Amino acid sequence: MAEAAEREPADPRRSMLAAGLIGVGVTAAVDEIVFHQLLAWHHFFDRSTSAVALFSDGLLHSAELIILVLGFFMLADVRARRALASTSAWAGFFIGAGGFQLFDGIVDHKVLRLHQVRYVDNLLPYDLAWNGAGLLLLAVGFVLLRRARAERAPGR
Amino acid sequence: MDHGGHAGLAASSAALVLLLVVLPSLGLAAYLFGAGREQRAQGWSPWRTAAFAAGVGLICAAMLPPVAPWAHGDLRGHMAQHLLLGMFAPIGLALGAPGTLLLRQVPVATARAITAPLATPPLRILIHPITAALLDIGGMYVLYLTPLYALSQDNGAVHVLLHVHFVLSGYLFTWSIAGPDPAPHRPGMRLRLAVLFLATAAHAMLGKIMYGYGYPRGVAASRAEVEAAAQWMYYGGDLAELLLAAAFFALWFRRRAGLPEFIAGRATATG
Repeated sequence: MAEAAEREPADPRRSMLAAGLIGVGVTAAVDEIVFHQLLAWHHFFDRSTSAVALFSDGLLHSAELIILVLGFFMLADVRARRALASTSAWAGFFIGAGGFQLFDGIVDHKVLRLHQVRYVDNLLPYDLAWNGAGLLLLAVGFVLLRRARAERAPGR
Repeated sequence: MDHGGHAGLAASSAALVLLLVVLPSLGLAAYLFGAGREQRAQGWSPWRTAAFAAGVGLICAAMLPPVAPWAHGDLRGHMAQHLLLGMFAPIGLALGAPGTLLLRQVPVATARAITAPLATPPLRILIHPITAALLDIGGMYVLYLTPLYALSQDNGAVHVLLHVHFVLSGYLFTWSIAGPDPAPHRPGMRLRLAVLFLATAAHAMLGKIMYGYGYPRGVAASRAEVEAAAQWMYYGGDLAELLLAAAFFALWFRRRAGLPEFIAGRATATG
């Protein structure tokens, strides 16, 4: 291959980190677009929100936005350097997505109480489904991570 | 609103058309002239020209029908105007690198005379990203959470200054964070990223405060209109800040200098 000289060895760590950031950002965007806007299950703002929660929500929102953009730039960079390890990248994407879903379900909904999944009498099934989805995504991510390590092992 | 207020607003409309339609259009004409010359001399990216033209186009669109009359009586219209003037247009203007184009067009001595003031303490403080963010986002807090917005509806001069401030502070902020135009003594990328992060958070918080507690006050707008305007500000701001973050990272990944190792990789430290 003509580009072989420029080709860096596959970089599973950076591939995973880049896609993981995208996973976090995409989950946050889906939350904002689907659950806040399309379904209108989540409230834009609960008037019971404390000042601390409002402040941390703003910081978190800003971090999500910057993380999403940084993830795309990192992934484009790793690809341009031909160092993309795709199984590791998918593992990172699912771990990022699931981890954020779980974080949102526990910290935002339960600890900070910014808003709830849906405003109904029996919230428990919604919370279980929300956090269960997060755990499922995480599980997929860890299975892919094991596979990525197994793929690399024989070559080393 | 009394009769005098209407007359005042008519005069302010004329001033706004002059300042935010005629002047930017003249600026664009000068830019196109310069870009054409530069294109023949040492080359000038058509993307820069397109970005600058888009920026001017958005300013004019905000100040002409249908947006301008809509903004006159509707808070959502005002918010659309505010987003165009203060957030989207400045991204186009800054990415157009008008400063670089100007400096290449003039003799070296003139270029030095133009850039020298930027290195003096007052201007260095003014163009610092933290000052720029305070003027831009901080200015919005003052505008929407104090009676200033209601005042701008009645007072022609305040009305004009407000709209000019949107464009100038928006441009200053965008330039200080992600502008390709050089600036002397500009702080490093990490500090600029931190300012971008805090400014984006502050903008989102302001949107939620306005929605939750019904700001701006003292205007003839229903609560539903205020809530809709606040959400427009929040999501419109997100989109603009997404673009700004993309411009920022594009600049940083192109230079690579100072990119943390976990982002850029070890092999790139030499290149």
